[in-house]
Formats: sequence, C-alpha cells, structure tokens
Amino acid sequence: MARQMTGAKMVLQALKDHDVDTVFGYPGGAVLPIYDEIFQQNDIRHILVRHEQAAIHMAEGYARSTGKPGVALVTSGPGATNAVTGLTDALMDSIPLIVFSGQVATFMVGTDGFQEADTVGITRPCTKHNWLVKDTEKLAETIHQAFHIATSGRPGPVLIDLPKDVQFATGTYREAKAARVDHYQPQVKGDIEAITRLVELMETAERPVFYTGGGVINSGPGASQLLRELVDGTGFPITSTLMGLGAYPASGKSWLGMLGMHGLYEANLAMHGCDLMINLGARFDDRITGRTSDFSPKSTKVHVDIDASSINKIIHVDLPIIGDIGHVLEDALKIWKARGRKTNAAAVAKWWAKIDTWKKVNCLAYTGSEKTIKPQYALERLEALTKDRDRYITTEVGQHQMWAAQYLGFEDPNRWMTSGGLGTMGYGFPASIGVQIAHPDSLVINVAGEASWLMNMQEMGTATQFRTPVKQFILNNERLGMVRQWQELLHGERYSSSWSESLPDFVKLAESFGWKGMIVSDPADLDDAIMEMINHDGPVLFDCLVEKHENCFPMIPSGKPHNEMLLSADAEAFKGGGALV
Amino acid sequence: MSALKIKKGASSHSVYDLRDSHSQVESSHTLAVIVDNEAGALARVIGLFSGRGYNIDSLTVAEVDHKGHLSRITVVTRGTESVIDQIKAQLGRIVPVHEVKDLTVEGTPVERELALLKVAGTGDKRVEALRLADIFRANVVDSTLESFVFEITGPSAKIDAFADLMRPLGLMEVARTGVAALSRGV
Repeated sequence: MARQMTGAKMVLQALKDHDVDTVFGYPGGAVLPIYDEIFQQNDIRHILVRHEQAAIHMAEGYARSTGKPGVALVTSGPGATNAVTGLTDALMDSIPLIVFSGQVATFMVGTDGFQEADTVGITRPCTKHNWLVKDTEKLAETIHQAFHIATSGRPGPVLIDLPKDVQFATGTYREAKAARVDHYQPQVKGDIEAITRLVELMETAERPVFYTGGGVINSGPGASQLLRELVDGTGFPITSTLMGLGAYPASGKSWLGMLGMHGLYEANLAMHGCDLMINLGARFDDRITGRTSDFSPKSTKVHVDIDASSINKIIHVDLPIIGDIGHVLEDALKIWKARGRKTNAAAVAKWWAKIDTWKKVNCLAYTGSEKTIKPQYALERLEALTKDRDRYITTEVGQHQMWAAQYLGFEDPNRWMTSGGLGTMGYGFPASIGVQIAHPDSLVINVAGEASWLMNMQEMGTATQFRTPVKQFILNNERLGMVRQWQELLHGERYSSSWSESLPDFVKLAESFGWKGMIVSDPADLDDAIMEMINHDGPVLFDCLVEKHENCFPMIPSGKPHNEMLLSADAEAFKGGGALV
Repeated sequence: MSALKIKKGASSHSVYDLRDSHSQVESSHTLAVIVDNEAGALARVIGLFSGRGYNIDSLTVAEVDHKGHLSRITVVTRGTESVIDQIKAQLGRIVPVHEVKDLTVEGTPVERELALLKVAGTGDKRVEALRLADIFRANVVDSTLESFVFEITGPSAKIDAFADLMRPLGLMEVARTGVAALSRGV
C-alpha cells in the first residue's frame, strides 16, 4: 500500500518492513530528521556508539552472528569517512550491511558545505553498491533494493547517502515487494553437469581434501548441515580458512584444523599432497596459498563459489562451479547418493594413515612455563572452561587472532567473528558488542591483543550504557606481537615501533567506566580468574599478562609453499627428520 | 632465529612477491558493457580498471536505449587471457552492469572511431594535406585561409596513419572519440 510520509519516516518504515530490530549509529546535523523519527518510535533500538567505525564493526558482529544484515546510521562528512574502514572490512569478508549516511541538502552538494564529503565517491570502491538519493519519491525503492543487493549473491555492505532535504521532504512509500530488483539475480543453482563431474571425481579420488571458507557460513546454517553430511558420508578430510571455522565442527572426525600461513601442519600438507581439492566458498587468498606456483601441484582443483570473479583469480582450477554453496552441496549429495555413495575407500584410508603421521607431529605443541602465562596456554584454558557454554568469540588482529583460531574449537557456524580479509585491528571489541546485542544471554568473548584493543577502546562507554556484559580477554604482551614476530624473523630483529609504550592501567580503566577490571600474571591463577570473568554479570576487562616474545607457529613464511612450513623454534630439527618436542 | 634459514633482513621473502612470473602473451580485447544509465555507473567501471591495475586503451560511453535507461561502454583493454577473463568477471559483478560482451572472442568486431584533426599551413603543405585527406576520405568540416579541420572515421589504425601523415604538414590538435564497436553478423 502506498502512503505519503517524509523521507526520514520512510527510513524507519523500511527498516521495520525488513525486520530490522537494531541500528548502530551516531547522530549529527545531516541525519537529525532520522534521529527525530527514531525518538518517536519503539520498534527499532538505536545503539549509540562512540565512533562511527565501531558502529560498522558492531553491525558486522551482529550480522555475522545472526545471519541477518546489520544496519548502521552515520552523519555526513566525518561520520561517513569514519565508516570507511568498517565498510572495507565488510566488503573483504562478504558481510551484508546496510549503512545510511547523512548528506548536506541537495542544493548544497558540491559547494564544500559544512560536513560535506563526496560519500558515494569515497565509498564506491568499499561497498558492493551505493546510492545518493536525490528524490524522496525514489527513497523507499532504493532501500528495498539495498536490502536485496546486500543479502543476495555474494553478500556485502551497501550505503545509502541521504541529503537532509530528502529526509525532510514528503514522498510516496511503496512496500518492498513493489521494488524493482529484477536485473540483480545472481545464479544460485550450480550447473548439474559440473556437479556430476565433481561427484565422479569424488568417487575415484585417492587423496581428497575439502577446503572450505566463509562462503559456507554465508550460505546459511543449512549449508553447514549439508557439508557435515557430505564430509561424514565420504570420510574425506576437511580443512577450513579462518573465515570458515565452525561450518564443520572442530570435534568432527574428519577435521584437520585451519589451513594457511598459521594453519595446522596436517591441514597444509594435506592441501599440498592431495589429488583432489574441493574448494567450497573460499577464494585462494595469499594467506592460504603461499607461493602460488607451488600450490598443491598435483591436484585436480574444484572451486564452488557464488562469485564468478573468484574463479581463476589466483589459482587456475580444473572444474569451476558457480552457485550458492548450499544449493550445490544439496545437488552434489543427491547425485552422490543416487550413484551409490561410492568412494575409493581403500585409497582414502591410506591417505588418512598418511595424514595421521602428520598429525602426530603435534604442530601446536609449545614450551610451557610455570612462571609466565603462555598465550597458547591462556587460550587452551579459555577453551576448556568455556567450550560447553553458549559462546561467541570475536577477535582483534594479530598473533592472538591466529592462536585463537588454532586453540579454540568451533562446533557451529556464526560463532566466530574475526576480521579476515582486511585484518582490521580494532574490529573485535565493537564486534563483540554487536554480537552481545543480538545474543543478550550468551557468553561473548573478544580475544584481543592490547594494541588492537586500544584502537577502539572508546566503546567501553557503549558497553556500559547498553549493559552488554562482553568479556575482553586481552593477551597483553606489551608488543605489537605479529609485527614484532616478522621483524624478528625477517627484519634482523630490528624492533621498529612494535612495542606498546605507555599502556594504561587496565583495571583502573575498566573501573572508570563501571566495568570489572582484572589482571592476571601467574599461570596458577588463570583458571580461577577466567571463571570469575565468566561469572561476572557485566563487562570485564581481563588483562592477561603473557610471555612477551612468544612467536606464533606453525608458520609458512610468506612466499613459501605449504610443504616448507615452520614449526615452533624446533623447525630445523624437524626438517632434518628429527623428532619434535 | 637460525631455525628459519632465512637471511636476516632479507626482503626477498616479502609476501608481496607472490605473482606468477610465467606471464603469457598479452592481447587486445574490445569489450561492450551494457550498464544502467545512472550516476556513478561509468565511475564504477573506470574505478575497477584503476583499482585493480587493468589497462584502458580506449573508452567510449553513451546512452543507447533511452527508454530502458541503458548505456553502452566500449572498452579496449589489454592483458593475458586470464587477466581478460578476470576483467570480464569483475565487470559482471558491478550491480548496474547488465551484460559484458567480449567482441574480440566473438570474431573480429566492426570497430570505428571518429577523429577531428586541425591542420595549419599554407602553400604546398596545405595542398598536400587536402590531397591526403581525399585519399583517406576525410571531410573538411572547417576551413580558414591558414587551416583545415578534417573529420575522419575508421578503425583506430587508419586514424593513427592519417595523423602521422598530417604531423609534418602542420597538425595542431587531435580530438578522438575512442572506439565504438559491434560484433559482425547476428
């Protein structure tokens, strides 16, 4: 039904029509009409952030943990430019977001008005699509299209730039089903002939491996279910990228762990030595492939992706299948079952025997300590004490992120939120608030490094104001750990600007915002402290003082192939054929 | 850190050095991109080329379907086969792009370009310029006692050749439209 209303009201109406319950934002002159409408309704909750970048990361956390699009609202000029990092992050990791930005009035555009910026120009390369709406009559349809584009095909962030006069003016509101979305209809069904060929390859493969990515998560929980059925049915080993953790359970019998630069030894060697690689919704990122010319040299490669531009971008594949992972898996399972559920079981058993020898290397082994908390130990204890709970994990970016991926286990999709493609330090804390807003009764932990965490620490106020009991688990090594590691390994131990100087007293900082602050430095106290953190009904800043110069292993030095990966400091002994401690 | 067998401070191990050194032959492709005629559509296409480091040898754009609000962008680009495939796939995922046609793989397309050339001179040079214009079937669209403006259409190579001949005869300025192209047959 078409109704007359102001542009500002249309925004709220459209959000309601798309079942949006939460908007993350920050007001300013150019979005005041929308804030006025927010004030006069109770259906949509507005979360006031302390910086617009955090609004986008919160919306990302909300989106990743729910599977629904996240919504953010920022003002013109600096509000929009502050959103750019978050938008780029969401684009790289294919997270559906709808971001509204205010803009100066249409008659002011181009005059360098107060808080004017060319927002659509600036955000064009960091959104899936964006619009400058100059006519209130077109606003409703634009918002409906925005939801369609953000959530269909390969998901991504979209931005709608709204001049202030368009918000004030009255126009016709048309409902979502009246919106024209015909020409953007990405292909979701895979080619049946190609899928049949995939099944044939699966039937004869001697050394197969599933290599899964964020596309499985984005395809929805159904895709993860189908993946589990196919993996468990075939008995093929499976590894995943950082983005895909949780699609197949970490406790599953075919699970090899994460692959890539800091992936597990068995996962990377399986990738290197396989004869059939089945890539489901991953994109051959450079952190996965290492040196591309030596990447999995003897395998037939199958790549299933909803985005045609991901095919043959980095690695040439033998069998591309364009489509939604869930749809393709459904068809593949159907065909595989219809053809008699065949695999080359004897060869696959031999393959597993080989993989088991790699597993015995125990690549995540590290030298423990009774005096200092090893970061790996801290995460092992965190895992042991939280894994059976209704738990969501976010991370910042760096060593702690890789250790979290290695030492924490994820049983379900949408439980793990991390900045993969862009590697945005400062992502995890606001993302954890976004997750907690969506799941108020769950345990939400941000595994952080102190340096990343400081990048968006202003959101402490947001957490307090909206009573989100997020747990900030900071592995504090007083270093920019990953930078320091690279400087140690590759830049002659010249530690240029890679230490955290002048850190705050995190306990006092926490208390000043009404949080609980904790500091732990003795491994013997760790378990009790973690339990105290979990049981505290409110946000906790957990300052875990860890070993300062611990390196993150295994590691494929950049530009090296998978089979030249390094294991802790004993890598040399291993390469010589010796036993690993 | 002897465990690493990497020379300390060695920068050759940079992660940025991952590109395949086995680059194949580059070839020129003419692409026709049908887009919604809306603000920013051209910027998206151009931004894609500059952002991802692709070449543009020529680019033309104009509305071709007023009722359907569709424009046709003709891009002449260069790259290895895999780069060309990547360009087409990347163009294809721009939301307002309806269709990407690679006219070069569909067979040699009909390609035409229009150019205006201002040639100044008197005496023999002026006569020679006019004679060559006649040979190239260029039209005189403006003339003064000291100058001509020639209009010429044809494949880019023909225009290049004509401009080269005009240079010693007093070529002052060239304006070219870029290539418009259609595939042959139906």
